[in-house]
Order: sequence, then structure tokens, then C-alpha cells
Amino acid sequence: MSEAGSETNVSNVAVFDTHPAEPIDAESPLAWSRQRGLVDAAGGSGQVSAIERPFLGHLILRGGAITLDEAVRAELGINLPGQPLGLNVDAEGSRSVQWLSPDEWLVIVPGGEEFALENRLRERLGDAHFAIVNVSGGQTLVELSGDKARDVLMKSVTYDVHSHGLPVGKAVGTVFAKTSINLRRPSEACFELVVRRSFADYCVRWLRDAGREYGVSVESPTS
Amino acid sequence: MFYIHCPYCGERREEEEFHPNGQAHLVRPADPDSVSDEEWGDYLFFRDNPRGIHHEMWVHRLGCRKFFNITRNTTTYEILETYPMGEQPTITAETAKVRHEQGVQTADGGWQTVGARPENSTLNEETPS
Amino acid sequence: MSQNNRLSQGGRIDRSRVLTFTFNGQQYPGFAGDTLASALLANGVDVVNRSFKYSRPRGITAAGPEEPNAIVQLGASEAAQVPNVRATQQALYDGLVARSTNGWPNVQRDVMSWVGKLGGSFMPPGFYYKTFMAPASMWMTYEKFIRKGAGLGRSPAESDPDIYDHLNQHCDVLVIGAGPAGLTAALAAARAGARVILCDEQEEMGGSLLDSREVLEGASATEWVERVVAELADMESVTLLPRTTANGYHDHNFVTLHERCTEHLADTAADAGRAGEVRSRLHRVRAERVVLASGSHERPLVYANNDVPGNMVAGAISVYLRRYGVAPGQRLVLTTNNDHAYRTALDWKEAGREVVAVVDSRANPDGDRVKQVRDSGIRVITGSAVMEASGSQRVSGARVVAIDTTRFVVTGKIEELACDTIASSGGYSPVIHLASHTGKRPQWREDLLGFVPGEVKGMHFAGGVQAVYALGETLADGARAGGEAAKAAGFDQAEAITVPSVEACAESATSALYQVPHEKPTLRAPKQFVDLQNDVTAAGVELATREGFESIEHVKRYTALGFGTDQGKLGNINGMAIAARCLHRSIPEVGTTVFRPNYTPVSFGAIVGRHCGELFDPERYTALHQWHVENGAEFEDVGHWKRPWYFPRQVDGKTETMHDAVARECLAVRQGVGILDASTLGKIDIQGPDAREFLGRIYTNKWAKLAPGRVRYGLMCKDDGMLMDDGTTSCLAENHFLMTTTTGGAASVLEWLELWHQTEWPELQVYFNSVTDHFATMTVTGPEARKLMAEVTDIDLDREQFKFMDWKQGTVAGVPARVFRISFTGELAFEINVQANYALHVWKALFAHGEKYDLTPYGTETMHVLRAEKGLIIAGQDTDGSVTPEDLGMQWAVGYDKPFPWIGKRALTRPDTAREDRKQLVGLKPKDPKVVLEEGAQIVLDREQKIPMTMMGHVTSSYYSPVLESGFALAVLKGGRNRMGETVYLPMSDGTTHEAEVVNTVFFDPKWERQNV
Repeated sequence: MSEAGSETNVSNVAVFDTHPAEPIDAESPLAWSRQRGLVDAAGGSGQVSAIERPFLGHLILRGGAITLDEAVRAELGINLPGQPLGLNVDAEGSRSVQWLSPDEWLVIVPGGEEFALENRLRERLGDAHFAIVNVSGGQTLVELSGDKARDVLMKSVTYDVHSHGLPVGKAVGTVFAKTSINLRRPSEACFELVVRRSFADYCVRWLRDAGREYGVSVESPTS
Repeated sequence: MFYIHCPYCGERREEEEFHPNGQAHLVRPADPDSVSDEEWGDYLFFRDNPRGIHHEMWVHRLGCRKFFNITRNTTTYEILETYPMGEQPTITAETAKVRHEQGVQTADGGWQTVGARPENSTLNEETPS
Repeated sequence: MSQNNRLSQGGRIDRSRVLTFTFNGQQYPGFAGDTLASALLANGVDVVNRSFKYSRPRGITAAGPEEPNAIVQLGASEAAQVPNVRATQQALYDGLVARSTNGWPNVQRDVMSWVGKLGGSFMPPGFYYKTFMAPASMWMTYEKFIRKGAGLGRSPAESDPDIYDHLNQHCDVLVIGAGPAGLTAALAAARAGARVILCDEQEEMGGSLLDSREVLEGASATEWVERVVAELADMESVTLLPRTTANGYHDHNFVTLHERCTEHLADTAADAGRAGEVRSRLHRVRAERVVLASGSHERPLVYANNDVPGNMVAGAISVYLRRYGVAPGQRLVLTTNNDHAYRTALDWKEAGREVVAVVDSRANPDGDRVKQVRDSGIRVITGSAVMEASGSQRVSGARVVAIDTTRFVVTGKIEELACDTIASSGGYSPVIHLASHTGKRPQWREDLLGFVPGEVKGMHFAGGVQAVYALGETLADGARAGGEAAKAAGFDQAEAITVPSVEACAESATSALYQVPHEKPTLRAPKQFVDLQNDVTAAGVELATREGFESIEHVKRYTALGFGTDQGKLGNINGMAIAARCLHRSIPEVGTTVFRPNYTPVSFGAIVGRHCGELFDPERYTALHQWHVENGAEFEDVGHWKRPWYFPRQVDGKTETMHDAVARECLAVRQGVGILDASTLGKIDIQGPDAREFLGRIYTNKWAKLAPGRVRYGLMCKDDGMLMDDGTTSCLAENHFLMTTTTGGAASVLEWLELWHQTEWPELQVYFNSVTDHFATMTVTGPEARKLMAEVTDIDLDREQFKFMDWKQGTVAGVPARVFRISFTGELAFEINVQANYALHVWKALFAHGEKYDLTPYGTETMHVLRAEKGLIIAGQDTDGSVTPEDLGMQWAVGYDKPFPWIGKRALTRPDTAREDRKQLVGLKPKDPKVVLEEGAQIVLDREQKIPMTMMGHVTSSYYSPVLESGFALAVLKGGRNRMGETVYLPMSDGTTHEAEVVNTVFFDPKWERQNV
């Protein structure tokens, strides 16, 4: 324990479990959108469906690929995408590692796993040069699917969202309307949008507007 | 609207993901205290403005957030190459082939990488096309 | 009048569907498949507009985007108004309402026409410049009058009910134009496996084939078009976009296409029964390769009175006859310099109308079509041209004369031919607009009598755009270009496609004729129009050259040639040829012509797309936004953020004024406890063994000894020594820091750190990541803050244990939190960071416990007042990129003796930054406590000085302080720190002058005791 009362470790970095010991109601980044009536009940009938996957664990890994690769494989069972724009997802589809830049990856795991994972990775990486940052409160994941999902994306991002440009297993940081997102293709069936918390409402409003002609539903489970 | 190859992402992206950061290959004096006011002023304020080949630093602001360099023809807007930080351009205004193919008009003497000093002003004047 | 000019059969119209439309208040019938122009011609409407400058009656001249006259205002309701629509491109729909854009009270009797009749000779080019020169002050008055007289449509006064959008497209080969060359190009590229987009501006694909007399593989041209379009439509990799104009070609093969989605159906999508659909769509296409197959426009000849209704471009007449079953007259005279136009005489005759004569400028035309015309008994007059049209509201005759084109004189007797229609053809101009949008100069080809595109990287040309006109050659050229484009895009297995066979047709050469010589000199002859839309005449161009305008660029600007929505589609080449003749030069010597985007006008709606209304700009919300809304906050825009500005309460059934609310919030913080949502502050997580070294280089002050658990305020400069941002940075652990930035600086500071790390000091082991959105930040501040905090946290708040500029970890309301004892109010303050998903829980818990302390939420305005009372700056408000830390009197935050030459250090000893009389930050206290100085107000020392006064500085922040019961301000003032106690003056625009005393920047609690209670 440091003077400040926080835990530190071998690399002299303060780790911080942001989750309360006792369960407390949390608000996802789309809570305000729900409050103002922009979120639908489950089971929309349109040709485009946007579903928030709230409260997941989001970690940013920084460091050299060689440094991180073995640790990530050992602790997460997923290969670190070595190639630019790679997205590797585990068999269950619930844990993923996304290439963000030559020394930066986004790890998404089920909510609550992130702090333990961070500690295990830190232990394994020891005093190598790396950084791990918990950003779980700062972004959320929205799944976009349906027959017209691609058409809605074409109205929203300049990136080529055709399978030629964005095949399964690829993820790109790009412009979405007037903000930026991480756009991921984990499977044939859907796209994933990783949006920043403060822009989440704007993104949902945009999706609703762009998808209006196809019929669009937005869901945001409260847990 | 440029279509810019990000050397880190390994593919071309729309210009709106990027932001220009001015002339590339500027070197901050290692010991600022020992350079004259004039030299420091040149480092701070004076930039090349060539007609033809120019090396620029850009950042993939809304993508991988990495800085890199672009060799660009300022008259045709053609981007001739992009390369990561720390590397040197393979195409310069002195490359005779480029000069010929691109119709680049530059004076001799490598003024592309020299600050726009008053004594160089004649070199920066437009040649009639 | 009921479609008197409609032929009894033929055309690609649906005669079973009668549509009713209104033009200039009168109802007419038309058929489905008509354009507004073809329907007007069918109904015998000769005069569709008044000309721009001379108010001369004008009729429909062309059949496509090159139409200069039939520019109408569309829309039945105010909200649906669309200006500058070319009637030739507007599909007819039931209930369409259109008006002429010029002409008052109507186009038949125009009160402005006296200008044309009386003033014609008084309105040479430059008329407005010359006539309304003086006095300059009257220009505004003249301008109103001139604009009313001119008029080019108007924008709607009500909000557009329709929606528009953008679609981002990517393809291997974009083919622009679906005429013969475009179709074979698309087919060749698609069969090679490329992703192809084929767009065409017309209602249906086929281009010139839709009105062609030619036979392809034994079938009519239109049958072949249908077959090819069907094949393309079946291919998954092909996107067909009819009704879509390629309007702009931009760098690196970025092309903007404008698709009319419901514009052809009704005034609005809702009227068309397609509510919710977009009216038009802008496709933003990034193409590996572009095939430009935009064809050509036929040039009219320039002769006297060539603007009288009934004068038309020859090819347009064939279009109206063959596509729309409309014969726009009874008796035709065709004047031409080429073979191709002869088809119009054949089409006219086949429609059962009379061809009075074909007048050919060539001495011995003998091509196949010429023979065909002669064989059909039509009179052909050679070596001659129509010199002048007779008639005023409609052509009544043609004055034909033998001419010598080299000497530019008439050589024979004038013959009067009675007719009501004159078709003219002066050859063809390739539609090279898109090829020159990126600045590439086209090349003049004297052998082809036209400009062909210059080389454009990534663009291939097919067919008429490079002056390949014969149908068989055009089809082959398209196939070649499509194959080459696919190959260049990486599809090198392209199989050559076989193009349909077309019967060859021998042609005699076209002669160079632009302006027809008149018996009188050009300047005395009746008007010979070059640019019909802008009323530019041959005499005007000649006059311009006489007045010394020798470059076509200058001639254009002097005469307005090629201006407006027209962009010189019909007139540019003729204008250049006339200028060249006058200057005794060749056309390329006079200059080339380049075009700018857009090719045809694009509505603002399509450009804006969905970025309008509440989606105009992103709104960023903090995790507490819902609470702020529910508690009546007024919001202020800070960047994209919506931040609570102040929280007005209801007092006696009335909403507090901003002044009252802010005063109440200020006093609550100074006397009790307040709370601020500070989540928008930028937060950057910094990890690595070299983090501390990096901070020492990027900040002006020292970081070597900041211990874990401690917080320090830092200034960040650019290398020019000017302040760029400030904030606190906390040492979380030996190799771990949390930096805060201003709200506006969050993104730029992170990029600034990355810039230096990536480019100058990559050897430093450190990483930066934004955690701005991850943590919500709440500031609890005021003398009662500790008491409130004690109720919700397990952190030891003892003032000796938790000192000012310490931070501690613990829980707040059960949620893990980092709490920082930093203060932006000068009061005791705790800044709480929790994971944003738990923020609302913590915030509400603070209010549950805070009720007994009257916990008061405050917004940005109160924050500003409180910080300014303490002389605390806001980077970007009190600084503007020209202020050094020394100017701010913050030498205490500058580590002059740090070992590394940190960013900004060297600049502080430059002569300019070391000056004594630089503007320095001071406080200003108005002599009248009721006065709140205006931010931005200039400071002078001598109130009696005559204008221009010597300006010594300006007010940067100014507020009313409830604790001081006075207005107060921060300002930058030359040599300010040596002027303490002096009186300065602030002259205002209303003539009053405020007096203020120069004082210390700290107005309240100068010993800084309150933040340490």
C-alpha cells in the first residue's frame, strides 16, 4: 500500500478496482438515451437492430507485441493480433483482443473480469515496459445486426464496410458521423461499435435517424 | 479529399481521419540554450513552402493516433509515399526521375529542407508555367 | 392548348398516364416519362423565361444539363421551393408547379424589357461596374435594385420537410455516364470481376442511344440498352445509379454523385407516398479507377437573334422528337457545319413536319447522312449559314447568306426563309468538366475542334468525352476503357468483350465555324448571343478584347461568360473562339477552360445530409447529465460538451434570473458547500518508468520529487514559450501519474504528449491513455465540504492526514474512489473520481447527505466567478497563445534550473518574450462597483486621447462578485505589474468610459487560508 492508500505492484503502478464491494446500481452510457425514450423494448421488428452490451470490462494494453503476446495468450487464451487491424475473439465470443495501433490493443471481457485480468497480466509481465489502463466506464459496445446494418453503416462511416473492406476478424478505428468509433467485424452476423461514453447518445440518435427508412430498434439492457 | 495510406494501419483511409502537422523532419536543437535567438526563431517559425515535392508530418488522429510522414506534390496533390517516424523519404525533390515525371519545379541546391531565409527568397518565387 | 406539338405516336412516354402540371399559373397536361421541358414544348409554350440582363424572351434551347434558359423555380408550397431547376432535367410529375425565375409581372409582358429594348446598347460588358461606380455609398441602394431586376430563383422561406442523406461508397471502377461508351465500359469492368458503380444523370440509362437512329446488331439502339442494363443489374458486384449526376471529381478519385431519389415523383417524399425516404442522396465514392464517359454537348452557332424562342440546338430537337414524341414547331431550318446534325432534318421530316432547308457552311458536304437528306428531297444550301433569325416572341424566319469563314465576311445575297424553328449545330464539345475539377488543363485539338481532357491519374476516358463520336468506335472505346480500368484496379483477367456491330457511316469533315459573320460588323449587328444564361454577346466579347482583356480568364470575368449555374456548357468554346478571332490568335493561345465543381447545382440539403437539426453537431454528455436536466440546469456549450451553466430555482413561482442564481450558488460555496460536475476535464493516465522525466520536459515546473499521494499544478507551453494548457497532475505511484487538462484541451494535450514522445523522445518508456470518459469527476467545495464528505467516505479526512494537494483512495458512497484535495474555488475542496457507470449513484448519495448542509449544485458560470475571485486563470480565456507564464506572474511554476531544456524554456529569453512592457495579467476593480466590465474591452491610459487611442490591453474575464459586492475583472495590461493602484479607462462603443483601478489578481482571501481549513 502506498501513502495514498492504493495498491501498487512491481512496476510501481497504482491499480484500482473501480467496482464496489457490494452491488450498486450502475448506469450504462445509454442510460440517458433510455430516459429520453431513444431505447426500445427488446425484440424490435425492423431491418436493423442495435443492442448495447453494457458493463463489459474494457482494458487498453500498451507495449510491444512480443512483450504482450505470450502474457495475453496465457491469461486470456487468445492470440494477440499481430497484424494491423486484427480482431481475435475467443470461441464463446465473449472475450476479444483488438489491434488499435502498433503498440496498443483493446481487450474486452465480461464485466467484472477486468481487474483480475489486469493483475494477472501485470504479474506475468513483471517489470517489462508496458501499460494497462482500465477504460470500462469510458466506453460501451453496441452490436449492430440485421439485413440493412451495412447500409446504415454506409451512411455513417466513410470506411468500406463491404466484406472486401471489413471482413470477419477485422476492426478499425474510424470516423462515425462527426465522432469516432472502433468498428469491429467479429462475425458474419454482426458489426460491433465501440463508442465513447460521452458520444454514445449522439451515436444512438444518429443510428436511429440513419436507419429510419429500414426500421431500426435500439436496445440497452439494464444489467 | 485525400486518400492517405497510413503506414501503421497498412491501408488507405479518408483524409478526415487525419490531421496535418506541418513540415516534416524538423529537428529541435539538442541544446536550445546554446543556439542564437535567430536560429531558435528559425526553428520555431520558418517553414518551407515549396512548389512541388514537400515532406509533411501527419497524424492518424481518429485511427491509430500515430504520427508519420508524407511526401506530397503540392501542385498535383499527389501523395508519393508515406513512411513511419524515424525513416527518411525515398522520393525527394532532387530525385531526377520524380522531377521529370511530376513536372516538379524546384531550384537546385536542396532548398526544400532549408528554412525560408531571406536570401532564399528568389528560390521560392514561382517559375512561370 | 393541349399538347398541340405532341406527335400521334413514338417516344418513350406513357401516353396512358396523363399528368397535370402548372407553369406560371396555367395548367397543362403531359405524359409520364416527360421532362418538364418536353411537356412545355408539347403544349407549345414558347417563352419560358426572361433573360438575365436584357429581359429578352427566351425559350427552351437544349434537352439536357446544358440548358441555359429554361431555369425554373419549383414547388407548390413555400417549404418545397427549389430554385434553379433546369426544366430539361426535371421529370414531370402530377401536380408539379413551376415558375420562371425571371420576369415580372410575367414572362410575356416584362416591365424590365425596356432595358433590353432601350438600354441594350447602353449595357455593354462592365455596365454595372462602370455605371454604378460613384458614389460608393450608393452601391447598396443600386445593388438592391439591380438584384430585383436580375433574380435567379429564391430559396424557400420555410423549413424543408424532406430529408437527405449521404452514402459512402467504395468501388473498383466508377463509370460516369451510361451512354454507349459507359455501358460497354461498365460491362467490361464488371465481367472482369471488378466492383462497379455505373451512374447516369438521366431518368433512364442509355444516353445518346435513347434518341439514336442507329441499329445495333440488328436491333434498335434502345433494345440493346435494355439488354445491357438488365445484364448489369443481375450482377451482384454492380451498383446501378440512374438519376444520379456525378457533380464533383476530387483528389485521389473521390467523386460526389447526386442521386435524385424522390425528386422525380413529387414535391416532397411524403407527397409521393414515400414518407421517411430521402429526397436526394449524396454518394461519396472512393473509386480505385474512374471511367469518364460523359459524352459531349452540341454547340449552337452564334448568329444574330439566336436567342429568340424557336432557336434550338439541333440534337435537342431529335431528343424531343424521338424520346418524347414532341415536335417543337412546324417548319424547320437547320444550320450546321457537320454531318451528324443532318439526322435532325431526317427526324423532323419523319415526324411529318416540313424541313425548309438545311444550311451547311461547308462547300461540298458529301457524307452518307448528307446524301440521305438530299435523297429525301430536302433542300441543302451549301457554303452558307443562318446569319440572323427573325421574330420576337418566336422565330418567324431565317436570313440565310453565303459566308467566307476564313475572312469572316458574308459573300452573297441574303435569302429569307420562312420558318418557326431554327436548329443549329456548330459541332460537339466533349463534356470534360469532371476531368478538370482537380485543376488538370484540357488540351485543344484543332483536328477535333474541341477540348479533350488532360491526363488525370486514375481516370480513364471513353467515347465522346475524348471526341470519339462514331457509334461503333464509341462502343469499342468504352469496352477498352472499362477493361483497362478493371486491370488497373487489379482485375487483370479481364476477358475482352465483343461490342455490337454498327453499320459504318461515312462522314465529311466538320468545318470550324463558331460565330456566323453578319452583314454588319459584330458591334452593330443585332445581338449574337454566346452565353444565353448570362446574356453575353459576341459584341461583348469583342469589346472586352478591345478594352485590353486578352486572357480568356479576364474576358470571362469582365463579361460574366460561363458564370452562374450554367458554367459555360454551351457558350465557353464559342466565346473563346470569338476572343481568339478578335485577338488574331489561336484558341489555345487565348487560354484553356477549366471547370469547378459542381457540374450542375446541388441542393444544400444533399450537401448537409443528416448533419442537421439535432444531429448538426455531436452533443457530449457527462454521466450526470440526466440529473442536471431533471434539476432544471441551463446548459452551456463547452466544445461539444453540454455543461450545466447554472441551476435556476423556482422562487415564488418564478424562475430565478441567471444573475440571482449565480450569486446564490457563489455564496453557497463561500459559506456552505457546493458541488460541480467536473467530468469534462481531460484526464490522461500516464504509466512508465520515464513518466516523471517526460512530465519534467513537457511542463514548465519540476516533477522530479513529487511523491506518490501528492498532486501538483503544472503549466504547459509550446516551444514558443506561450501557455497552451494547464492542470493538475497527481502522482499515483512512482511510475504512474494522472494528468488533468482543460475541458477543451483534452484531445489536443494527449496528442501533444504523443507528438513529443513519438517524434523527439521515443526512447522514453512511457504510455499515455485517455481516461476522460472512464472517470466521472465531482467537486465538493466550501467550508462545510469536510463535514459532508465525512458522512460518505471511509477516507481519513483529518486536515493533517489529508493535506491540500494530497490525493487518497477509498470509497465514496460505497464506490471505490480517488479523492483529490485540490481547489479551483479557493475553498476547501474534494475532487472525487469514480468509474462513470457509478457516478449517478455517488452524486445522489452526496445530495441525500448534503440536504442538511444545503448542498448546492453549481455550474460553469459560478465556477468562473469563484476562480476569478482567486485570480486563477483559464487557459484559452485569460490566455490566447501570446501569453507566457511570466506574463501571468506565474514564475513560481517555472523550473528555470531544470536540467532538461523543457518545452518553452528557450523562448522565454528571446528578446520579445523578455520585454518589460509585455501585457501582464492584472486585476481590475471598476470604480463604480455596479459596473461589470465587458470581456474584450480595450484599456487606455488617457481617456481624452483622440482616436485612434493607444490601446494598452484588454479585459479577459469579468464578473459580478457577490462576496465583494462589486464587479471585478482580470485583464492583460502592458507593463501591468508596475501599474498597481493606477487608474485605467475602458471606452465603450456607446460613448461611455469606465474607470477601473489596477489591482492584484487575487480579489478574495489573499492569504489563501480558506482552502486549507
